[in-house]
Amino acid sequence: MKKHREHFSAGAYGLFILAFVGTALLCVCLGSVPISLRDTVACLWNGLWGTEIPAGIAKNIILNVRLPRVLNVALCGAALSLCGAAMQGLLQNPLADGSTLGVSSGASLGAVIALALGVTGASGGVMGMAMGFAFLSLLLILGLAYALDKSLSTNSIILIGVIYSMFVSSILTLIISFSGEKLRTITFWTMGSLSGTNYGHAGLLSLFLALCGGVILGHARELNAFAMGEDNARHIGVNIRRVKLTILIAVSVLIGVCVSIAGNIGFVGLVIPHMARMIAGPNHKRLLPASLFSGAVFLMLCDLAARTVLSPIELNIGVVTSLVGAIAFVTIFYRAGKGRDRGC
Amino acid sequence: MLTLRNVTVRYGNFAAADQVSFSLEAGQWLMLAGPNGAGKSTLIEAVTRGVRYEGEILLEGRDIREIRPRQLARTVGVLSQKNAAGYAYTVEEVVRMGRYAYGDGFLSPRDREGREKVEEALEMTGLTALRHAPVTRLSGGETQRTFLAQVFAQDPRLLLLDEPANHLDLPYQRQIFSLIGEWLKAPGRGVISVVHDLALARMYGTHAVLLDRGKCVARGTVDGVLTPENLQRVYHMDVYAWMRETLGKWQS
Repeated sequence: MKKHREHFSAGAYGLFILAFVGTALLCVCLGSVPISLRDTVACLWNGLWGTEIPAGIAKNIILNVRLPRVLNVALCGAALSLCGAAMQGLLQNPLADGSTLGVSSGASLGAVIALALGVTGASGGVMGMAMGFAFLSLLLILGLAYALDKSLSTNSIILIGVIYSMFVSSILTLIISFSGEKLRTITFWTMGSLSGTNYGHAGLLSLFLALCGGVILGHARELNAFAMGEDNARHIGVNIRRVKLTILIAVSVLIGVCVSIAGNIGFVGLVIPHMARMIAGPNHKRLLPASLFSGAVFLMLCDLAARTVLSPIELNIGVVTSLVGAIAFVTIFYRAGKGRDRGC
Repeated sequence: MLTLRNVTVRYGNFAAADQVSFSLEAGQWLMLAGPNGAGKSTLIEAVTRGVRYEGEILLEGRDIREIRPRQLARTVGVLSQKNAAGYAYTVEEVVRMGRYAYGDGFLSPRDREGREKVEEALEMTGLTALRHAPVTRLSGGETQRTFLAQVFAQDPRLLLLDEPANHLDLPYQRQIFSLIGEWLKAPGRGVISVVHDLALARMYGTHAVLLDRGKCVARGTVDGVLTPENLQRVYHMDVYAWMRETLGKWQS
């Protein structure tokens, strides 16, 4: 009997890690001030072990500016992409992503209100508001979906998510029209940016990625069952309400944290799981880790483009992801439509 | 093995099933018959806990509301009329999913029994050659056979079928029904199926429940239930005469 392997082999994981580390190093090296790979590695190596960093290396740029930023970008990319993959499986809808539920709009509303009211004392005010609003949005959306139909059907969730997002975006526009000179900061928030993020943010992201991402990865089998059809999932013994609620909460919390640190970054959660599915297949035991790593690599490259292409002007990362993502998405769908094989 | 007592399912004020009672013993193939809207599929949904119901459903003497989903799935398997996996899973992946209720491979030692069941199911349904094919490329008949293999791999004792061969060409219909007939031969198994086609009901059923607008009109053996009088009451036409007339066209 042929041995059937659902998970990736250790070799594949090695390859992922190699690609990840390679991209991360590249992103630390390149920038408005280019730094040689040798210096970067020497600086990181000594920094890691707490030993003396050789003189003449721009250690401030590497350790205090670029490395934390690259880490945050990678963590956000991984989280957004993982959430997108989970939502596409859970809702059996290849057009879903982490923002389908409306939690990310809720989080940016919180952030924008904080900015407009000027509660910016520390960045903690904005972040706190974003997280609080993300959580409130989650409660509101699930509450509404539950009131509409007690079985939390996929359709009600998508519908309420979309309506909620539209509602929130109208309020956002309203606030922005009164915001005057704060417009730039607010726009920056709604399009996402990771400049100025620090190790504290990275720690927070790692913590939530480990917690919520662990929950999501632990539900790979259930996600497979959902992706084959929700009724079928129930018939083979999946506790569909509990699983759905668990995954929705894990996704929303993770998205909420991401948005509160990086702002709203579009398309990552939509496009990356698609691409990962084309390479790794639809089985979530492979799809979820593949999305995790490719999301990190993709967002690191987007961030690199955002800060280098038009240097010294720095673009919002959301501009880059949306540009690249939209084109990639159209290409995928065009090819899929032509081949009559949805490949997804 | 399965007993329904006064089962009522309401959608708002409308009772899709109204005080229905019947029971099924091992070795029986029970046909749920009746016109559109009689509540046939609703009862299947109730037994799989897809809808809320009043009354009692007992599986081997236990209230199904007290049975956990995984446990329930080890005893009760379902094949519904519409199955479509939106993503390109392979036939084998879909069939293996039938083993969900028996725990996960990565915590328990690779379960040998599960693998054998999957192989058996693939073989029984003639899908061994298609095992690596993506389900998105299959024909309707092949898709339905894939999900039949899934439910065979699930290895339940009670099989619920909701129009399993609807929309399928005749050879596939026959194939699906004879596969299920084979499956039923092992001891301790039972089948309940929803059918529109009364000819199929008589051909394969041992017992039947005739429903009309949510109410149970008759229950018992197939021959005792599908009588000219009962059918006249439910379908408002002479079903026997019609069956003979259509059959007559084939006897020349």
